[in-house]
Amino acid sequence: MLPTTSRSVLLTALVLLSVVSMLFASFAGSVAMSPGAWSSALLNPDSPDGALLWQLRLPRALAAWVVGAMLALAGCLMQVLLRNPLADPYILGVSGGAAFAALAGMTLGVAAALVPVLALLGAFASILIVFGLARGSGPWSGTRLLLTGVVTAAGWAALISMVLATGSDNSLRGMLFWLMGDFSYASLPVWAVAALLLGLALTLGMARSLNVLAMGETTASLLGESTRKLLWFLYALASLLTAAAVAVAGTIGFVGLIVPHLVRLVTGSDHRLLIPASALFGGSFLVFSDTLARTVMAPRQLPVGVVTALLGVPLFLVLLNRARIRSPDA
Amino acid sequence: MTGLACKNLDLSIACKQVVHGLDLDLAPGQYWGLMGANGIGKTTLMKCMAGLVAPDRGAVLLDGKPLAAMPRREVAKSIGMLQQHTVYVFDASVLQTALTGRHPHLSRWQNESPEDLHKAQDAIAQVSLAGMESRSVTSLSGGEARRLAFATLLVQDPTIMLLDEPSNHLDLKHQVLIMSTIGNAVYAGRRLAMAATHDVNLAACFCSHVLMLFGEGEWSAGPAPEMFTRARLQKLYQCPVEMIETPAGRRFHPSFEALSN
Repeated sequence: MLPTTSRSVLLTALVLLSVVSMLFASFAGSVAMSPGAWSSALLNPDSPDGALLWQLRLPRALAAWVVGAMLALAGCLMQVLLRNPLADPYILGVSGGAAFAALAGMTLGVAAALVPVLALLGAFASILIVFGLARGSGPWSGTRLLLTGVVTAAGWAALISMVLATGSDNSLRGMLFWLMGDFSYASLPVWAVAALLLGLALTLGMARSLNVLAMGETTASLLGESTRKLLWFLYALASLLTAAAVAVAGTIGFVGLIVPHLVRLVTGSDHRLLIPASALFGGSFLVFSDTLARTVMAPRQLPVGVVTALLGVPLFLVLLNRARIRSPDA
Repeated sequence: MTGLACKNLDLSIACKQVVHGLDLDLAPGQYWGLMGANGIGKTTLMKCMAGLVAPDRGAVLLDGKPLAAMPRREVAKSIGMLQQHTVYVFDASVLQTALTGRHPHLSRWQNESPEDLHKAQDAIAQVSLAGMESRSVTSLSGGEARRLAFATLLVQDPTIMLLDEPSNHLDLKHQVLIMSTIGNAVYAGRRLAMAATHDVNLAACFCSHVLMLFGEGEWSAGPAPEMFTRARLQKLYQCPVEMIETPAGRRFHPSFEALSN
């Protein structure tokens, strides 16, 4: 457990990282800008360069930050819910339902603005299906929820493959980008910001309960939690956060799995620190990734999911290895 | 005064009757041993007494109030339980894990105070894990994890302690240490404890009362000296038992000759 001062230092550093990621996102792009031009554009939103920053780059960066924070938060919750450090926000089929609905919409040629709505509806449908099938009347069973979710996800995956296989060639590229996560068309709806803030507030309020729950359901009950209620609440919260994130930018992989792990290596598993730190780091990580996705091969854009994986895999492996060297008995 | 009572309790698990019509008053200053053969339902009965499993009939009363009607947090302030198995999946430190014992005593946004921290450090020292505060719980041995779980119970500091095979996985020294720590809390601290155990001699040394489960719902309870007879133990374990009188009291062991023939 980190002492209080180190906790504040860490959180402050992560807030600064978020700010730096935003500034980087506003600076980098296919329209090159000198540092002088950039700073004057930042201060003059009405100039042409200012409009580029304030109406294109920064809203996109903010969308990436919010989605990254939501995915990281959902990942933390899912890992406690299933008591499995390998769980990620997509494991229970929320993203599968969203992806199927979004892709089906694209095939049928619905307006681009409707795709997020369809994704959200698909996610809700999947959440309700899994909830309805896994609930039962007996005691809580994490295994049953996991199996129901994983099998439902497999069902969605088959339907997605079917849509991809039968769709027209010219819509295929857009679908692939959506599946790997893409902010090109992302706008940031107010409800997504509200969902993140509400999710953060609720999760921070039960951070100590999550610590107890991570030690097992019976232990949590013995230490005063109404475990069954808490678990279903966690399921709903994690699923809704995932649904919101997926609706904004498609199924960006890796953030929800890797960020809580990376942060845990530094903070330990006290959720009072893990949760805000994961949200801050998840947001910054996705802003950096998205900025790289649109600049590395500019003017061509990469799906952001490719960058999160290419950045995250080596970063994670290096940190994991260093952690093992530090504590040889672990 | 905090006490725990079972009123006309019927309890079953998987169509097997654990107790039938159990009437029992447990008062502070009493240290109960809970004894019975494997799979007879000791754990289920303890879980029922902790409010985790609902009885078929009857009620468990805490200070005269039915447990089923109380919020979990209120129950957890008075009743704590050491589970039979302790498996830590997530990597947390020993100190942080011991501190979770304060959970029921803290409100939603409250953090642990310096006194809570002292309590946790004391408890860790009491189970002789001092110096391992920052170790990861996933790196502990079976016996160490067990002692940490007991330390967490001490930090929770309930007036009623239910312990499911507390001496399991422990070496001789720590078997005696854990039983005497519980005994001390009970006899000097006016707590109430019930420990499920297969160790007849540890129970005979430390327990003041014994509840025996014979299967099919049959039970028998009373002060330890009356309960520990050769005949009762033979019936309890369906196994020939030898008794030895020592200056410190009666000691029992299975009759090896009779068993190997």
